[in-house]
Amino acid sequence: MAHSRQLPFLLPAITALVSVFMLAPIALSVLAGLVNNYSSGLASGLTLRWISEVLDVYSSTVVASLLLALLCVVGSLLLGVPCAYALARSRSRWARLFEELLTLPVAVPGLATALALILAYGQLSSFRQSFAFILVGHLVFTLPFMVRTVGAAFRRHELLALEEAARSLGASFGQRFMGVLVPAVLPAIVAGSLMVFTLSVGEFNLTWMLHTPLTRTLPVGLADSYASMRIEIGSAYTLVFLLVILPVLWGLQWLGHWIEKHHGT
Amino acid sequence: MTSYSRLLGLCAAPAVAFFAAFWLLPVVRLFALPADKGWATYVAVLLDSRYLHGLLNTLGLSLVVTLATLLLGGVVGITLARLRFATKPLLLSLLTLPLSFPGVIIGFFIILLGGRQGLVADLTEWLGLGRTTFAYGLTGLFLGYLYFSLPRAIATYTAAASAMDAQLEEAARSLGASRWQVAKDVWIPELAQTSLACGAIVFATSMGAFGTAFTLASKFEVLPITIYNEFTNYANFALAASLSITLGLITWLSLFLAHHAAGPAAAGA
Repeated sequence: MAHSRQLPFLLPAITALVSVFMLAPIALSVLAGLVNNYSSGLASGLTLRWISEVLDVYSSTVVASLLLALLCVVGSLLLGVPCAYALARSRSRWARLFEELLTLPVAVPGLATALALILAYGQLSSFRQSFAFILVGHLVFTLPFMVRTVGAAFRRHELLALEEAARSLGASFGQRFMGVLVPAVLPAIVAGSLMVFTLSVGEFNLTWMLHTPLTRTLPVGLADSYASMRIEIGSAYTLVFLLVILPVLWGLQWLGHWIEKHHGT
Repeated sequence: MTSYSRLLGLCAAPAVAFFAAFWLLPVVRLFALPADKGWATYVAVLLDSRYLHGLLNTLGLSLVVTLATLLLGGVVGITLARLRFATKPLLLSLLTLPLSFPGVIIGFFIILLGGRQGLVADLTEWLGLGRTTFAYGLTGLFLGYLYFSLPRAIATYTAAASAMDAQLEEAARSLGASRWQVAKDVWIPELAQTSLACGAIVFATSMGAFGTAFTLASKFEVLPITIYNEFTNYANFALAASLSITLGLITWLSLFLAHHAAGPAAAGA
């Protein structure tokens, strides 16, 4: 491109510097999780010993986070998809108000939401001590993302015409919703689900307040290992987090390209 | 038609009920709580110099982080939008990867870089300067927040700069504009909307960030850590509630203002 010649040297230099700042810690942490001894570095040889130690101590947190994220996806689908449809079709002022309110848990720090939940429901000890308490927090936080992503798809013009055609052919609301609308917005539903999954797996601000010693998630375990374990174990654990999250992110990226190609933007 | 709107109401009902029970109601209670300890509790952040200091610390740090993020993110975004190289998609996806990291991981990264066993300490020792650490103070916090915010800015600016009108810049150059003039008169106005929206998100996220500061156990105390300590260590619920209301209002207001400032102009564009 002609432009690249006119780019002053300073800009690529800063870009390279920023890239090193962003990527070096990731590389460093991956490496630190795989070497025998962090202070002697690569010379000490590679090992999977730290990963297996992480799995011994913290595998329950990995399982908990995966299950929690799956339940969060299911919950946000059940609550969010019909709601997104209602908000996309309704012209009432209440719908606009609710749409605004729904984004508040994202605008307000997770700490405040967590505090509010504990103050309101902390006395219900069987709820407070279960994973359901964390799930509720994650749902409140992720629901706006699902509603926004799927709602935008429901608002597409060609979908209105499709829905009208199904209606004029005598399809009931249930048939229209499950047979026409949901298949038409499926890419957005999948994108929203992957988004909710990553948000739930990585959530810390809410979760740290909501967790109990018996309900620990992956990020909670990470915080614990950083504070109390040797640096190799913290690094290996971080590597486990990357392995959990990366496939989902790639899926999300691939889907983004797919949607762009098939629907335009 | 009324039966259709009733159907729409039914569709929204589960989400509305869930949201009312698990966010609205708890937050209303949170708002009411400080009143138990007297009305002054609501403005505790202004009355107690320790909390005021914490708030100003957090505001100052978030502002500086926001400015640095916009500047660096803008430069990287413009550069990546212009350059073509084979590994660009890979680089871009690696640079935006940390978007999904919890704050604790970023705290750990800063420890790997600037902690007692950190990379920088090894480097400075090798250079004969002694072991330099910066992870546990203001520098560490600043770099952590910057690391947390940059991926979003890079992604946003790369997309925005790719959509920029190249002809405008071409015209400016052919009229003899210098590089700085092009930056000042073409890039900055064209990217103003993006900067406002992205800046508000970065600012709000930095104000409320908890995980990074928590992992670094920083000597520089930010408001979310103060809230956490008041709540867990001192069981001072009314005060924790008051401080989180203050914090929540600040983050919500900054996002709200940016959204509405960008709204009409964005609709006109």
